[in-house]
Amino acid sequence: MTSKGATSSGGGDDGATKRNSKKPQYSRFTQQELPACKPILTPGWVITTFIFIGIIFIPIGLVSLFASERVVEIVDRYDEDCIPAKYSEDMVAFIQSSKTNKTCSRTLTVPKLMKSPVYVYYQLDNFYQNHRRYVKSRSDKQLRSKAYASETSTCAPEATTGNGSAIVPCGLIAWSLFNDTYGFSVNKKALEVSKKNIAWKSDKESKFGSDVFPKNFQSGGLIGGGKLDSSKPLSEQEDLMVWMRTAALPTFRKLYGKIEVDLEADEKITVVIQNNYNTYGFGGKKKLVISTTSWIGGKNDFLGIAYLMVGGMCLFLAISFILMYVIRPRPLGDPSFLSWNRNPAGHFN
Amino acid sequence: MSPAGRIRGKLRWSNLYSFSCFRPPVLESDGQNPLGGPGFSRVVHCNQPRVHRRKPLKYPTNYISTTKYNIITFLPKAIFEQFRRVANLYFLMAAILSLTPVAPFSAVSMIAPLAFVVGLSMAKEALEDWRRFMQDMKVNSRKISIHKGNGRFSYKPWQKVRVGDIVKVEKDQFFPADLLLLSSSYEDGICYVETMNLDGETNLKVKRCLEVTLSLEEDAAFGDFTGIIRCEDPNPNLYTFVGNLEYDRQVYALDPSQILLRDSKLRNTAYVYGVVIFTGHDSKVMQNSTRSPSKRSRIERKMDYIIYFLFTLLVLISLISSIGFAVKTKFDMPKAWYLQPKNTTNLYDPSRPALSGIFHLVTALILYGYLIPISLYVSIEVVKVLQAMFINQDLHMYDEESGNPALARTSNLNEELGQVDTILSDKTGTLTCNQMDFLKCSIAGVSYGVRSSEVEIAAAKQMASDLDGPNSEISGMPTQNSRIEDPWDNSGVGFAGSEIELETVVTSNDEKEPKPMIKGFSFEDSRLMNGNWLKEPNADVILLFFRILAICHTAIPEPNEETGSFNYEAESPDEGAFLLAAREFGFEFCKRTQTSVFIRERYPSGRPIEREYKVLNLLEFNSKRKRMTVIVQDEDGQILLLCKGADSIIFDRLAKNGRVFEEYTSRHLNEYGESGLRTLALAYRKLEEPEYTAWNSEFLRAKTTIGPDREAMLERVSDMMEKDLILVGATAVEDKLQKGVPQCIDKLAQAGLKIWVLTGDKMETAINIGYACSLLRQGMKRICITTMNTDLLAQDAKKAFFLSLVPEQAVKENVLMQITNASQMIKLEKDPHAAFALVIDGKTLVYALEDDMKHQFLSLAVDCASVICCRVSPRQKALVTRLVKEGTGKTTLAIGDGANDVGMIQEADIGVGISGVEGMQAVMASDFAIAQFRFLERLLVVHGHWCYKRIAQMICYFFYKNIAFGLTLFYFEAYTGFSGQSVYDDWYMLLFNVILTSLPVISLGVFEQDVSSEVCLQFPALYQQGPRNLFFDWYRIFGWMANGLYSSLIIFFLNINIFYDQAFRAGGQTSDMASVGATMFTCIIWAVNCQIALTMSHFTWIQHLFVWGSIGTWYIFLVLYGMLSPILSGNAFQILVEALAPAPIYWSVTLLVTIACNLPYLAHISFQRSFNPMDHHVIQEIKYYKKDVEDKHMWTRERSKARQETKIGFSARVDAKIRHLKGKLHKKYSSLGVQNVIPAS
Repeated sequence: MTSKGATSSGGGDDGATKRNSKKPQYSRFTQQELPACKPILTPGWVITTFIFIGIIFIPIGLVSLFASERVVEIVDRYDEDCIPAKYSEDMVAFIQSSKTNKTCSRTLTVPKLMKSPVYVYYQLDNFYQNHRRYVKSRSDKQLRSKAYASETSTCAPEATTGNGSAIVPCGLIAWSLFNDTYGFSVNKKALEVSKKNIAWKSDKESKFGSDVFPKNFQSGGLIGGGKLDSSKPLSEQEDLMVWMRTAALPTFRKLYGKIEVDLEADEKITVVIQNNYNTYGFGGKKKLVISTTSWIGGKNDFLGIAYLMVGGMCLFLAISFILMYVIRPRPLGDPSFLSWNRNPAGHFN
Repeated sequence: MSPAGRIRGKLRWSNLYSFSCFRPPVLESDGQNPLGGPGFSRVVHCNQPRVHRRKPLKYPTNYISTTKYNIITFLPKAIFEQFRRVANLYFLMAAILSLTPVAPFSAVSMIAPLAFVVGLSMAKEALEDWRRFMQDMKVNSRKISIHKGNGRFSYKPWQKVRVGDIVKVEKDQFFPADLLLLSSSYEDGICYVETMNLDGETNLKVKRCLEVTLSLEEDAAFGDFTGIIRCEDPNPNLYTFVGNLEYDRQVYALDPSQILLRDSKLRNTAYVYGVVIFTGHDSKVMQNSTRSPSKRSRIERKMDYIIYFLFTLLVLISLISSIGFAVKTKFDMPKAWYLQPKNTTNLYDPSRPALSGIFHLVTALILYGYLIPISLYVSIEVVKVLQAMFINQDLHMYDEESGNPALARTSNLNEELGQVDTILSDKTGTLTCNQMDFLKCSIAGVSYGVRSSEVEIAAAKQMASDLDGPNSEISGMPTQNSRIEDPWDNSGVGFAGSEIELETVVTSNDEKEPKPMIKGFSFEDSRLMNGNWLKEPNADVILLFFRILAICHTAIPEPNEETGSFNYEAESPDEGAFLLAAREFGFEFCKRTQTSVFIRERYPSGRPIEREYKVLNLLEFNSKRKRMTVIVQDEDGQILLLCKGADSIIFDRLAKNGRVFEEYTSRHLNEYGESGLRTLALAYRKLEEPEYTAWNSEFLRAKTTIGPDREAMLERVSDMMEKDLILVGATAVEDKLQKGVPQCIDKLAQAGLKIWVLTGDKMETAINIGYACSLLRQGMKRICITTMNTDLLAQDAKKAFFLSLVPEQAVKENVLMQITNASQMIKLEKDPHAAFALVIDGKTLVYALEDDMKHQFLSLAVDCASVICCRVSPRQKALVTRLVKEGTGKTTLAIGDGANDVGMIQEADIGVGISGVEGMQAVMASDFAIAQFRFLERLLVVHGHWCYKRIAQMICYFFYKNIAFGLTLFYFEAYTGFSGQSVYDDWYMLLFNVILTSLPVISLGVFEQDVSSEVCLQFPALYQQGPRNLFFDWYRIFGWMANGLYSSLIIFFLNINIFYDQAFRAGGQTSDMASVGATMFTCIIWAVNCQIALTMSHFTWIQHLFVWGSIGTWYIFLVLYGMLSPILSGNAFQILVEALAPAPIYWSVTLLVTIACNLPYLAHISFQRSFNPMDHHVIQEIKYYKKDVEDKHMWTRERSKARQETKIGFSARVDAKIRHLKGKLHKKYSSLGVQNVIPAS
């Protein structure tokens, strides 16, 4: 009898443990009781936040504007002016002819002291460097290493020459390399334009191989833009590197070089331009830009203005919030604002 | 119809004239039932299962399968299922197209996520199907004893059972298939069957075999048994069966009382033999089962519309883009020599711009695909699985008793739980335990039993907790009596107080821990217990009362070895409770023979005496008679008629001198009914020998009559005897509600949910339970719609039978009239507090659910505070559910425990099964399984509320973030000549949805809590945010989309303008596409992650980790990506380290854009919270400032106010009571001439 009782109770225990095995384990995670902070947007917080943002943003905006103001910039559009009058009807013919003299001289006045380094840019308009067909037409492998010279599968339609040998560097981007040149002089004295270190360091060191030399470049039927010195490896062709960094927008500037002397105010700079690059076909503009920089880069008023606007907006919100709060204050946690107190009829919002 | 009826009528009459009615009704059925004709072609060769191996008699095996797939069909079928989703199809097309040159991205970035999503869903499907398979296997391999031949039986698995087999089913076994009962362990060939799994009824049903097969009562008898059954084809009607048995060259008609249905259970019978008629999927229960429909939540369906909207937007911007591209290609591209326009493929052919445009359309559709994120589906899936995990793990929904936790069986309906409008509930096993407790009785006009019913206890608690709720309004009045602890004395009016005091006395002992009780007997009153009744003034009446309890029933005693006493197998649990009560009072029913009942009577003095009562007649209970009578002869030869029945019926039949206790008894009956108890009145009558003999001969004649009049005759004869009764008393039995049911119903009602009860039970039972659950209360206007005057109608029917009229039409018109009248009544009701309850029975429902009437019925039902449908079949439950679901367009939840609820569970938007009780069918069909009804509150009010808000916010945010991101791609297009170039690296875009923004949104969907679970429970009104859909209405959705549009504009144009053409560093370098893209992307990551942080109101370390971690991950990724070989990273090589990080402008743009993007939203939520707060805002603040701790009074006051205007539940009861009191007060005061202000309520 006792043994029977024992076994039955043992069975009961078994049952109990079996049952309990289905019991969920307690943990704060599974019971959704993890400690949590539950921030609340109290009017104090809201007003403080808005004022704080305003107070931070307005000085940043002012500083940016100030920095932008300090930048001295000369922009000179020369594409139309550099066409001789007799070709003004057919500028494309002028630029495509190999016989025409494309040298053009411009005089620029320095408005203010330009501290070195002074950066020289060319700016193209209406040039879709971001066109998908254009962007894709390159081979990073080929640029990087000699071993991949024939990796031109992504370079259509400028992958190989007529007889099938690979073009290095291949692709539309390289093919359409910008090839206007600028010579600067102040008071008949030539200004040295340094073309060193205008490309990213990583481009020179890693992206463009030091053992890759231009081959079959611009040797096909169609000549695009500039030619490359086939004796120099790609890792030294900084113009190409700059150009190969495709721009995000159809209007873009690219670094041409650096002038490493100060330019005094009212100095007259003479620029001799070799006007080779064809922007006339697609109605683009060419501009020469000489600019200094500040910590925000080039001349950029927009950043400062945007900061000022957002900051101003925050202050405005803060003030209107304060005003509304003064007019219609609501004590926090006031139960009379619960829907059942506001609409006693039982209509909840 | 009419000619056939006439022929049938003639036949019957001719039978009568030729006295052929004394022969078995052979072949008569041929006229009625076209056996052998269409629909009635089944032939079963009994005991010859081999015959059924070949055609044409080959019927399906007993193997059942409820799985959707098998190993071979899984892959094609499951893949087909997956790609039936429009979104998946779109992604599939995009993935295929990504293999062609038109694709703007690499193919892997399109195919991998799709494969992941589809794979995940298919794995889920496979797992669910596997579970179903295992369940089927369990059923298929149950063992049953089958006749092997030569009278030997052996056990085989169910799946081996074939049509024609003879099976032997033992006590408490399920029937493996639909059987024809041949014989049972009882001599008269009856057996008791429990059909719980079929119709939810727990009372046992009696089945009776044909007399000719009675002799087959042992194994050996089946050696050479043969017979042929011709019957109807498989069909889902549980209550009909047409067929006949050819046995011994005679034909016998069969009817449903000889059919044992699969999934019902043999009870109280040692064994039965039966012939298998329908196997497997042919069986009635399987024919009744419907494939479980795949359910989708309301939010998900609405999300489809958003997807369609976004898809339209996608097509629109793609069209704009491709038209722009075609125009650009035609007019600008020929001039752009650097693109070599003369040397192009079709994709960029200026000479065929239209063709290029069409190609571009495809490209654009893929490119802007970010508007419709594939990751949305993955994220939602993941979130829902985690939410389901939380539901499963919730300890508050774990039932210690049965050891069952809650189980979310499908995870795709979590948020639907937060939007439920109507609950359709089964009764037995769901609301009640189906256990009766003898609680009180009234004998000779004295009420006994001090224990209070659960309803009273709960109501008392409710009143206590409602102290300063509505009552506070009148507490400001001058009071004579300033006791505060008693809420009712606050009103300070003597007469009101006295009335209430009674109630508090009754409920005062609820504090006491009930002592361990005999199950089914909770009676407690020292006046009756332990033989003390002998000292009561009316001891003789009490004795009679106990004897009626012990004798007047149909139960069978079963000795219980452990306790030495008896268990009773009763047809209904009430009877069981009576017998237990009688036993406890000292009148133990110990033996029943065919003719006698033996009672062991125990008196305080001396040994128990065993008395025999000869049962002369037994007039059974049925729903029409509502009473049961036995006529017995005791040992002294005295003939007694003992009767128990519904009070109204009994009171009508009292003798003039039997009404001594009528007044008090009926008052007690009202009290009992009010406390939610089931009542029966008991009466007796002494009979003289000659009177009885005269009646008995008439009764016997009626009993042996064959023909349609038999029933009517029997009834008439019974009526003759059941009159001139003498009232003894009344019983009050508590249909034990499941734990916490009234509280749960009350809370659910306060949360604004409507509750309908659909039950297979009798109308009286259902109404009693309605009272017990506070679904009904005194003062409620009850509308009963029945096919009343059944007698009248039956007579009509008889007339119609001869007149060839259709009686149905009349019934239907009658029902329609009742419905119209009731609607009219509700419309004309002036009192805003008037509550209506609708009670309708299954027969009437047949008409009410017909197409032309159902809308009237529904609108009536919707106007009623509570609806109770009784005597409904499983199919009707499903139909009612469908009617509510489709008619009101609101979310419905069906809850039930038995197989009879399966249809309803499947039909409703959400099906909840009660697990842990008998049968798993309901759970298997359900979407959620909980162990107790009371867990429904937490499931809906906490989990439902949370899940709804989480999913709603999550989806809104998802669309926001993808619009904010996707549109920047489109804007950039305009700057690239619509060429389909994206400003971002492929990898950024891939990671955007997969890693960089997915975890925060998942954490929002999993962990967000607007208020804690306690607050959810304390403020049921918060639940209404779900059914009102405050968080996923079009206003909000479009608000978020506008926010996305705004953000995309800010992100894009600020970046573009700042990085326009200028150098962005002090070193003079200008930005290229890679740096603009990376900066813009940084801005997006910051903006959308800060946005989600603003959206959240509940930060655990997980949210912090995910939100801020995502931003960190982006920088880490950018650094790592930049460190890869430039062949892989392209222009992104070293981008952060070398180009962006040293540029102050990069950081200042990030700050600017992030703030500018979130400013409007921040302003919006600040203003909304400050000047137009929603309920959860205020509650959050109260909690934040711990006002609930400081000002407990306010907190409890708000809690009691935070409920929907409800007309059911205790609260409504209490409110009604208060209104009643106030009305009285008002009268009194105005009659006193006191001009004071009583708030009109």
